[in-house]
Amino acid sequence: MANNEKKQSENSNKLLNWIDERFPYTETMRYHITEYYASKNFNFWYVFGVLAMVILVIQLFTGIFLTMNYKPSATDAFSSVEYIMRDVEWGWLIRYMHSTGASFFFIVVYLHMFRAMLYGSYKKPRELIWIIGMLIFIVLMAEAFAGYLLPWGQMSYWGAQVIISIFGAIPFIGEALVEIIRGDYSISDITLNRFFALHVIALPLALVALIFVHIVALHEVGSNNPDGIDIKKYKNEEGIPIDGVAFHPYHTSKDLVAIIIFLMIFSMVVFFAPEMGGYFLEYSNFEKANPMATPEHIVPVWYFTPFYALLRAVPDKLGGAILMGLAVILPLFLPWLDRAKVKSIRYRGWIYKTALSLFAISFIALGVLGVLPAEGVYILLARIFGILYFGFFILMPYYTKIDKTKPVPDRVT
Amino acid sequence: MNSYKTIFPLVMIVILFTTNIFAATGKSLQNANNDPQDIKSLQSGARNFMNYCSGCHSAEYVRYNVIASDLDLSDAQLQENLMFNAQQPFETINASMPSMDAAGWFGQAPPDLSLMARAKSTDYIYSFLKSFYIDQSSPTGVDNLILAGTSMPNVLWELQGHQVMIGEQGSEHLELSNPGKMSEEEFDIFLRDTVNFLEYISEPIRNARRALGIKVLMFLAFFLILAYLLKKEIWKDVN
Repeated sequence: MANNEKKQSENSNKLLNWIDERFPYTETMRYHITEYYASKNFNFWYVFGVLAMVILVIQLFTGIFLTMNYKPSATDAFSSVEYIMRDVEWGWLIRYMHSTGASFFFIVVYLHMFRAMLYGSYKKPRELIWIIGMLIFIVLMAEAFAGYLLPWGQMSYWGAQVIISIFGAIPFIGEALVEIIRGDYSISDITLNRFFALHVIALPLALVALIFVHIVALHEVGSNNPDGIDIKKYKNEEGIPIDGVAFHPYHTSKDLVAIIIFLMIFSMVVFFAPEMGGYFLEYSNFEKANPMATPEHIVPVWYFTPFYALLRAVPDKLGGAILMGLAVILPLFLPWLDRAKVKSIRYRGWIYKTALSLFAISFIALGVLGVLPAEGVYILLARIFGILYFGFFILMPYYTKIDKTKPVPDRVT
Repeated sequence: MNSYKTIFPLVMIVILFTTNIFAATGKSLQNANNDPQDIKSLQSGARNFMNYCSGCHSAEYVRYNVIASDLDLSDAQLQENLMFNAQQPFETINASMPSMDAAGWFGQAPPDLSLMARAKSTDYIYSFLKSFYIDQSSPTGVDNLILAGTSMPNVLWELQGHQVMIGEQGSEHLELSNPGKMSEEEFDIFLRDTVNFLEYISEPIRNARRALGIKVLMFLAFFLILAYLLKKEIWKDVN
């Protein structure tokens, strides 16, 4: 018996050696998994990175199976989705997981980004991780937008119509640009086909590549922590940070708990409220796209509404488009706008705490206003919250400099 | 600091749900009160649909045999009571009236009803079907309080009777001018069963999806306990 086991482990070592001589398998596993040390005091806010990865995998797998049955054509797209919902084995589950996954992707990514703002994760030496993360966010928005056209429902069609027409506001090249995006004089079969190509090949490739770089950059400098301090300052005899624990098995076992809790919430939506009150699947998208009939109330999906509210808050179309673009781009500059000496909100003064709270409130408020019709007091409110949103970024170099910070401890708490 | 952990996601969830109230449309609809788990009601609804709707309206994504298996109907019951426009049980529900002709007669083709309940809600269809009233100026002789200028005639007049509009603008309501074959209660039940069936065909998998969801959640809850214990065991030596 014992002899046999010994033989087996020798054999597997042989195989491992054979691989390691040709590919850095053991080295890579150590560097990224078993000997990657991250702070032991990660809290609730630190689960959203791994959850975003879980959702990415869900989207990729369900997407592959949807592609097997979906037909990217203006005449067949809508009915092929219903075919998936009714006639394809487990098609309804695949489709609901994909549509719910899209919304959860944004929930998780918004919370992941907010975590970085809470604990200053974008500050030196993690500026590049933040920039790559912002690029991921922008590609994700394009991916979601392209995917939303594919079911070819009324809201798919008219939502795309509204958002594509925003590019028409750009002087001189606007109209030509809109035609290039659509590939036609109006949204048509051609538009659907190219959006399908972008949604299933171009953008997912870009997304996966950027996420890979995001993680490589993270593992180069190491993860931040809720105290915003460098855990590599204190190492034991073996060179392991005292306040760090290995990604595997420590963080993986913790993440597993978070993943299961997430999957429970995800399942509640998939199985009991896949439309989520018309926010995850809009009701008018159960009607086939009709270029002749404009819906009463065109609303983009909820995750775009904060930016949509800003677009509508400006009476001038070009001004609104510029403002909307700025709102998306501005966070990219956070590493250089923030002049505070400390990273974490735990050791910042009242000014930054107030500013970040106002920013969070204005982002949510703009999201709500983007769903409501743009009339009367709603426009005024959108302008007020818009000023707060931009004020957070534009005034940041001043208020972070004068804000009184608390002393940062040596070790994580 | 702890307040950040809890308040932020809570606020997001609350806002997501409350905005739903704002987003509702202005027209006041009556509550259909239908229950898609009530198989008896769905069976009556199927009969009503085939007798009163499928002459003009198709349900092009819905197959007869799926209805039969979901609503506990035998092949014989299906053939005799429901399959008026089809030869084979796997066929989808087509209207008897060619849609090109219908477009000529009514001004527009009657819409497909496969997804109507999901797009418009059962409350809407229920209220719409109850809100026809006599209007001599309209080509069909009736108009509708919920959808003014509708090209649909009041197909159910024989059952409901005729209604007329009473009252001034802003406070108008409908009153029965001469009764039909059914009492008001009977007619309400008839409509409730019909819209219930429409809700069922808009998502035939609905009941199965909920049943599976409970099993999935129970599995995950069990898995969560194991994962939590594993995490506790592994983190034991971390101070």
